[in-house]
Amino acid sequence: MRDKISSSPVLSVVSKILFAPIIIFGLYVQFHGDYGPGGGFQAGVIVAAAFILYSMIFGLSKGETLVPIMINRYLMCIGVLLYAGVGIVSIFLDGMYLDYNVLSSNPSTGQHIGIILVELGVGITVATVMIALYHSFASFGEINE
Amino acid sequence: MNFLLINFFLISLLLVTTFFIFKTTSLISIVALTGAFTLLCSAIYVNLDAVDVAFTEAAVGSGISTILMVMAAAKLPEGKKNKLINLFPSIILAVAISLILIIIIANLPLLGDPNAPIHLHVVPEYLKESKDFFHIPNVVTNILASYRGFDTLGETIVIFTAGLGVIALLTSNTLNRKTNFKKNKKNER
Repeated sequence: MRDKISSSPVLSVVSKILFAPIIIFGLYVQFHGDYGPGGGFQAGVIVAAAFILYSMIFGLSKGETLVPIMINRYLMCIGVLLYAGVGIVSIFLDGMYLDYNVLSSNPSTGQHIGIILVELGVGITVATVMIALYHSFASFGEINE
Repeated sequence: MNFLLINFFLISLLLVTTFFIFKTTSLISIVALTGAFTLLCSAIYVNLDAVDVAFTEAAVGSGISTILMVMAAAKLPEGKKNKLINLFPSIILAVAISLILIIIIANLPLLGDPNAPIHLHVVPEYLKESKDFFHIPNVVTNILASYRGFDTLGETIVIFTAGLGVIALLTSNTLNRKTNFKKNKKNER
């Protein structure tokens, strides 16, 4: 399973072509979530789909070289900590927990900053959790085989 | 009228898909049909103007969860077909649940009814004040990230915990896996 690389050239070429546009679309959904449909959850899943496509076509070893397991796990935690950290920062700035008004001198700008940071945290966590799920499922039981 | 026609078309497709999910015995085709099912659901959400929900359904429901189910199905032993032993209890259960759901649907407020309870609580306030205050056109994002920031934090932590659980269950020795893998190969030789 680990090093089973797809023999079809069509799949590998198409996935190479699609990899960058998928990630760009994910970033668009992430940062355009304020103006259109989308947000952290969807963007995280889309970005994760690009990496999962890569591991599916080129094998799990290459996928793990692209996103090393430990870095993936650190990013999982960093996403949640970023979200919770925004709340802590707003406490230190004399606000309530997750009260974004105090993040800037103008409450409206503060809300903007808060929402973007929070969505970024959600996006990072969702993307890395999905990649971790895929890698766990794909590598399950390979030692015993 | 268009709305009704499209909805009718989509829901009949949904019924056909459900029928084939029920009929098929191969795991992979059930997974594929479930993906089609959620994609149809997201089309219905678009028809109901719930674009954010549709987006999530398309990305999570028919994207990632289908991939994960395919991976899970690929790990299962092939060639085993479970025979349906006794259909009677499941038929009774299905009919009872459908009856309950039909009764509930009859008591729901009509679609788009402005006097429905959900439209009278805090929603008018959010719709009125959020655009002037946040300058962000998407009210869903405002509610999700700002008004309901705690809930979203909770959801993120739920996803994080689910990831941790799967990692702990399935890859208990990830860090040593590569070395073990090499060792096993050496032993085999």
